Amino acid sequence: MSVPITSRGPRRGLDVLVSGTASDAHTWNLIFMQLYCEERGHRVTNLGPCVPDELLVSACRRDEPDLVMISSVNGHGFVDGLRAISAVHRHPDLAAVPMVIGGTLGTDGAPDPCRTAQLLAAGYRGVFDGGVLTAFDALLDELHRGAGKVAS
Amino acid sequence: MIPPVGPTSFGAVVNAAAAAGVLVVQPRMGFGAAADMRAGLLATRSASAATVGTLTLDSYTRVGDHASARAALTSGAALNGFPIVTHRHSTTRAMLDGVLAPGFPVQVRHGSPDPRRIVTALTAVGLDATEGGPVSYCLPYGREPLREAVANWRRSCEMLVRRTPAGRVPHVESFGGCLLGQLCPPGLLVAVSVLEALFFAQHGIGSVSLSYAQQTHAGQDEEAITALRTLAAEHLPSEVDRHLVLYTYMGVYPRSATGAANLLRASARLAARTGTERLIVKTVAEARRIPTVAENVAALELAAAVAARTPRAPAPPDTGILAEARTLVQTVLGLHDDLGTALVKAFGLGLLDVPFCLHPDNSGRARSTIADDGTLRWSDVGAMPIRATDPTGSTSTALTSVRLLTALHHVASQYDR
Repeated sequence: MSVPITSRGPRRGLDVLVSGTASDAHTWNLIFMQLYCEERGHRVTNLGPCVPDELLVSACRRDEPDLVMISSVNGHGFVDGLRAISAVHRHPDLAAVPMVIGGTLGTDGAPDPCRTAQLLAAGYRGVFDGGVLTAFDALLDELHRGAGKVAS
Repeated sequence: MIPPVGPTSFGAVVNAAAAAGVLVVQPRMGFGAAADMRAGLLATRSASAATVGTLTLDSYTRVGDHASARAALTSGAALNGFPIVTHRHSTTRAMLDGVLAPGFPVQVRHGSPDPRRIVTALTAVGLDATEGGPVSYCLPYGREPLREAVANWRRSCEMLVRRTPAGRVPHVESFGGCLLGQLCPPGLLVAVSVLEALFFAQHGIGSVSLSYAQQTHAGQDEEAITALRTLAAEHLPSEVDRHLVLYTYMGVYPRSATGAANLLRASARLAARTGTERLIVKTVAEARRIPTVAENVAALELAAAVAARTPRAPAPPDTGILAEARTLVQTVLGLHDDLGTALVKAFGLGLLDVPFCLHPDNSGRARSTIADDGTLRWSDVGAMPIRATDPTGSTSTALTSVRLLTALHHVASQYDR
């Protein structure tokens, strides 16, 4: 049991897996990201808060998402995010799954270029520390074209 | 000032203040180090207000990760609360020595779906008041199956009863009036609070409190609190001691000092107008960081002063919250004689459905909205046996990400203006 909300969005568009991190019990950021992606024509499976790495990996294997969106606002997003991407990409079937992370990723509440660089180096395709999503839109479009899917 | 009373049980202290027409105020306060915790409790006790103490636990203890709590204590790393399971009992007893007094009980607040070790620890140091609930500390906070949380809370209540010395009455407060903190229409908050209080009573707890968290509209909140009192009277066995507790707004909090203080004032007025016996406050620092002891004391004193000059108000007009909550409560009670079993069934069938809650055991079909008049409404009730109160979406069409953000910030932006 791990998929309480599945989008009724259009059939075209990307399959996006939205997930909180292992230590983060916040929900509203995940609901926001689900709505945000759905409004742009994508289909969302929302794993909810407090997702252990094993559950994230098994959900990726089951759903084969076009994109994994990690959202964290409890200040542990940097540490938890590094662990999550290493768990997913370590799996042989999932080494190429695009992942992005956003929210408030550090305890100091301010975006940190050094933290962002480390997350990018770990394999994240996008890091949206502080929640600015303009670049996320561009990435969604790029993945969409890359996946050969038609915007809907 | 709470007059000295014979027994210092939590419920008795609150009742004594209520009988004197005084609102009891309480902080949300927790520190990792025993000396800091003691200083916070003493400052709470000596505030110019009728206060009870709070011992809020750290988040490692909440999730049962006692190894991390121990590592933090050893290394001196900051904890966001008091690790009651990890501190030696002798340390905690010394911390509380001379703090606990007639008229000043201390309640343990945590947030755990499995509070068994917390209950063992709190009773070992001479405490007998805590809070939470099998639904309210499970669905909003993680992935623990509801069935397990119900079993854990059943055992925890029974342990608390068994381990409380004769002559004292253990107290448990339901957190059911909060759930996800915001955007839940009041009927469901009231129903869950009543159901959890009944659950505690069913497992032998002699004194309970029923919570309600301040929402978006004062009139709607007054009606909800009135409904909560009515349903508690209808359903709780007469021998079970009870009172109501209001939480100052639990959603996105105003960032400005003026806005934060005004929202706290509004909650104190709400408590006084409805005869709510106890209020748990927020501080001016709430939106930015963990508040200091001084900020907590200032909040307690401000709330107490505002409540003292606010008269009790007549019951507000009935727009249907009582009927809605009563339907939900009676539907659940009709599912099984054992309330824990009934609660698991109710969520399984979607007869209770917390809007926006992503827990695997919540059906997740219910949706709510803030109407143009500022009240919370149901835009979709899922399978719950109640009616949508904003079915056509008079305020909106579909929920969008922008509308969600606006709704989440509705109260903060009103008070920060």
